[in-house]
Amino acid sequence: MFMMPNLRTARAGLMMGAAAAALVLTSVTADAETIRWARVGDALTMDPHSQNEGPTHTLNHHIYETLVGRADDGSLTQRLATDWGISEEDENVWVFTIREGVKFHDGSDMTVEDVVFSLDRARTPPSGMAALHAAVEEVTAVDDTTVHVRMSGPAPLYVQNLTNTFIMSKAWAEANGVETSPNFAAGEEAHSVRNTNGTGPYMLVERDPEVRTVLRAFEDHWADAPEVTEIIYTPITEAATRVAALLSGEVDIVQDVPVQDIARLEQTDGISVVRGPENRNIFFSYDMTSDSLASSNADGNPFASPEVREAMSLAIDRNAIQQVVMRGESQPSAAPLPPFVNGWTEDMHAFGDPDLARAGELMAEAGYPDGFSVQLDCPNDRYLNDESICQALVGMLARINIQVDLNAQTRSLHFPLIENWETDFYLLGWGVPTFDSQYVFDFLVHSREGSYGSFNGSRYSNPELDEKIQALATMTDLEERDALIAEIWDEVMEERIFLNVHNQVLAYAMRDGINLDVHPENQPRMTTVTFD
Amino acid sequence: MADFTPGNRPNALARAWDSDIAWSFRHSPLAVIAAFVSILIILAAVFAPWIAPHDPFNPASLDLMDGFTPPMEPNAFTGNVYWLGTDNQGRDVFSTILYGARISLFVGFMAVLFAMVLGITLGLIAGYRGGWLDSLLMRVADVQLTFPSILLALLIFGVARGFIPPAYREAMAIWVLIVAIGLSDWVQYARVVRGATMVEKNKEYVQAARVIGAHPAKILIRHILPNVMGPVLVIATIGLALAIIAEATLSFLGVGVPSTQPSLGTLIRIGQGFLFSGEWWILLFPSITLLALALSVNLLGDWLRDALNPRLR
Amino acid sequence: MLTVSAVYAGSDMLAFILRRLVQSVIVMLTVALVAFALFRFVGDPIASMVGQETTLAERAEMREALGLNDPFVVQFAKFVTRAATGDFGISYRLQQPVMELILSRLPATLELALVSGVAAFVFGVGFGVYTALNRGNWLSGTIMTASLIGVSLPTFLIGVLLIWVFAVELQWLPSFGRGETVYIGNWWRTGLLTESGRASLILPAITLGLYQMTLIMRLVRAEMLEVLRTDYIKFARARGLSNRAVHFGHALKNTLVPVITITGLQLGSIIAFSIITETVFQWPGVGALFINSVRFVDVPVMAAYLMLIALVFVVINLIVDLLYYAVDPRLRVDRANTRH
Repeated sequence: MFMMPNLRTARAGLMMGAAAAALVLTSVTADAETIRWARVGDALTMDPHSQNEGPTHTLNHHIYETLVGRADDGSLTQRLATDWGISEEDENVWVFTIREGVKFHDGSDMTVEDVVFSLDRARTPPSGMAALHAAVEEVTAVDDTTVHVRMSGPAPLYVQNLTNTFIMSKAWAEANGVETSPNFAAGEEAHSVRNTNGTGPYMLVERDPEVRTVLRAFEDHWADAPEVTEIIYTPITEAATRVAALLSGEVDIVQDVPVQDIARLEQTDGISVVRGPENRNIFFSYDMTSDSLASSNADGNPFASPEVREAMSLAIDRNAIQQVVMRGESQPSAAPLPPFVNGWTEDMHAFGDPDLARAGELMAEAGYPDGFSVQLDCPNDRYLNDESICQALVGMLARINIQVDLNAQTRSLHFPLIENWETDFYLLGWGVPTFDSQYVFDFLVHSREGSYGSFNGSRYSNPELDEKIQALATMTDLEERDALIAEIWDEVMEERIFLNVHNQVLAYAMRDGINLDVHPENQPRMTTVTFD
Repeated sequence: MADFTPGNRPNALARAWDSDIAWSFRHSPLAVIAAFVSILIILAAVFAPWIAPHDPFNPASLDLMDGFTPPMEPNAFTGNVYWLGTDNQGRDVFSTILYGARISLFVGFMAVLFAMVLGITLGLIAGYRGGWLDSLLMRVADVQLTFPSILLALLIFGVARGFIPPAYREAMAIWVLIVAIGLSDWVQYARVVRGATMVEKNKEYVQAARVIGAHPAKILIRHILPNVMGPVLVIATIGLALAIIAEATLSFLGVGVPSTQPSLGTLIRIGQGFLFSGEWWILLFPSITLLALALSVNLLGDWLRDALNPRLR
Repeated sequence: MLTVSAVYAGSDMLAFILRRLVQSVIVMLTVALVAFALFRFVGDPIASMVGQETTLAERAEMREALGLNDPFVVQFAKFVTRAATGDFGISYRLQQPVMELILSRLPATLELALVSGVAAFVFGVGFGVYTALNRGNWLSGTIMTASLIGVSLPTFLIGVLLIWVFAVELQWLPSFGRGETVYIGNWWRTGLLTESGRASLILPAITLGLYQMTLIMRLVRAEMLEVLRTDYIKFARARGLSNRAVHFGHALKNTLVPVITITGLQLGSIIAFSIITETVFQWPGVGALFINSVRFVDVPVMAAYLMLIALVFVVINLIVDLLYYAVDPRLRVDRANTRH
């Protein structure tokens, strides 16, 4: 299904020598603005519901639209829904008012039927989005502009789960046999993997997975026309090559800028860098429950000792990690959640200077005056400088005689260790797409049972806390709910389940004359690009 | 051949000095330089703990704030000065290179030794016994060649990770690497040895040894092995350079020794990330060391090949 | 010479080919078995396939649906029977049929391999002949030493340095990708017919070909030196042939047979080594596809790629064997010693 390269992309030119000329060309012609956009990886699929994954959503947001959007400050915005709220008659029902006059790329009108169809498709396995809609019982169209979503109980925050659930055309899906999201096991490629029909501001012109994807502005889009009329999206895996492509003028925007290159790029003529906080925190956690640790020479489980956990929190030098490992590009914090998230407080965030003397005393009190050894599992291709952060911690813990063996490996080997409880001590980064603490508790704090605790690698289990966490899901009095969240956090911080390092900061580098802000979920929209 | 009159017996050293090989060596300035450089690097690596001003493998001795210190300039926070600067973890680049070369050389030598022992053994057996065993071994060699070395090493590494309990993975990483590189290299030795064995085994002295009932293993080791050591040595020398480079390449693919105990290749992989950010020394010095080491070993291999080939003399 | 021996080989030849074919199939099956056995250790595909919200139960279900819980023998049997019909399943990562995915990436790799192979051959033979004929002269000494630099640095570093110099500093050549491509026929996408495509090819081809060039150059030099010493050449000289005629008409001609054999055998390893080059230059070929698949544990793509490499090697081996057989039937299967 590849298309012939067209003349316009040919003119955009990948030839080096023409880079300077292309620059002049694009800034003069106001009617055709092309953005050449590079990042580390490609979207996995164009199917709107198959994968719940960042880069996939980022690209699909240009082609498909969601009911509600997420603004750069994290707040919700209107998109295909113009209004939403909990029904006054029934607290279990969410009511959405659907925008009128919206067209799909094939020219057909979007109706409430399409919305119902899409939400149903998204919540039906094997859709990757199903978990976010697990509480949905039924989706119905009430009239031409209203859709009701009935939940299994009160779900005051459900709308927060909708920011990555796209609306697609029912007729198109049925005509192409993609009524459900693609099934890997079926052994056939679904039409929706490389073909699209959304309502978004751009149409898919060319899709060559992992090589290049070309989008062109959709003229019948309901919103104002974006300044960028064409997007050429190219994944470049190697960090050095990605930066080289920007320096040589072969791409206009680089999304995943290695932290060490940010300062240098800022000083480079013709290139500017924007940065902003990401909704993701990076932390260490440990098995604090088992009787002994597989990778440790210690008797018993040192992490079970509150003194050891406190000693570790006194040994870590977050500011040094920020200054050296992250080159200043992070927000050191002791709070195991990003500041965007409901429940974050200044108190949780604050941390003191490292105190090795006190940490040493605590180690002795805990019965480990000579320390112990343990393995630290760390991903090396998932978060910004993940391996270097782990390496820095190895040095810091060595000062209090905790001898750490570093096991850094690729993400597909790292994450199953947490999932299968095969790691004693690990690094994890957590993004909070719902912008609410409950999401953190559900996956990281609640005991592992059912859909809860799947990333709870600490094996922490506290039935009392579990009850409180479950109660959060259905509380409609938001003030009361926030109080309970604070209560749970007090307990979690007291127990030191997490040894938080920092919140990630995102940086996008681009050629001068392009304006693009950092998106907290790392999903930049080319519709928001303006030119000087 | 050196010509000695009877009764005038020189000592071993003088005999070696006068041998053909030594003569060729003395008259090849490039070989002399290469030997000098390799020996220098090897000695520096072996004696790293005594030469290096710091111990980069001891995490407790590192100060993260020393990170990214340029060569010969004081660090902005700590004021410490390092000859060749420091890397992203505050490790002294000079010391890390010495320790890293130690790892690289260890991996290289052991991988070559492993490949050599395996290859020679299988080659001798295949060549001496012949028949179905020979066919089988040579088919295995074909399959082995079908797996390109990097792929093979990648897969062996993956398997080893599956087998080795988590607690030993870090300690075992270096051995897995040695096996992975060595295993992808044995075929060359086997082929050369097999070929030579097939020729030698029909010669009269071997037949004679067989007639008087010498054990096959004894025949192989006493009589045949010495005759194939020349070409084997050439392959081994070049194999050493290849193994060191292979280790670096695997490190780029995310397979290798832990970054807390980096080899030269790991250092280059790390330094490569700082090519555009201005910290050139993290990449430059390890690269120069690796280049000097691999180049001089290659040159030695080259010279050895020519020197051992009587027709080229 | 070829036809003569073909005639007198007769039905012997047929038996030989059949035997070789059977052996090739066994080799392929062995590779498949080994590869397949290894995959279960490279990671868990499910971990990369699902989002963080997916429950453990759903993960287990998915594992079941993909057949990852089946006994090894069952998985392998399924794989072989489907692979025999050219069906390698669907990529876990890109959700496309693996066969189609590989075929769409193959032209990029083949063009890169071919161009770098040809360049390595041309320069390798040229330098090899020069250094053999001018032994001891300073220029050939320099060439010999300089060529070693190419094999004394890891490929990825050479690639990155080339990008830095020629793409970033001088801005002469592109740093990544294939440039503009056009179709030949239905599926072969070529970069050779466009200016940007050719420009994009230069740096990756140098990176990939450097090692092979050094190898070929050394081989040609060694073979030339040997041939020049044979009686056959001495006789040609005695007949009063010019140096030129002796060197190129006789010596080089006799050198080329083993050189071409080894170059042919190297083609497979060029394709394998392209993994590194393709990664550094974001070259959209099968090597980059493979390494991305390893990171994602995309087992169907990994399996198909290894089978492809195995096939390439087996076919090349087969052709070389047949050529040897045709050239000299007495040699039979024994070409082991000419291969390095």
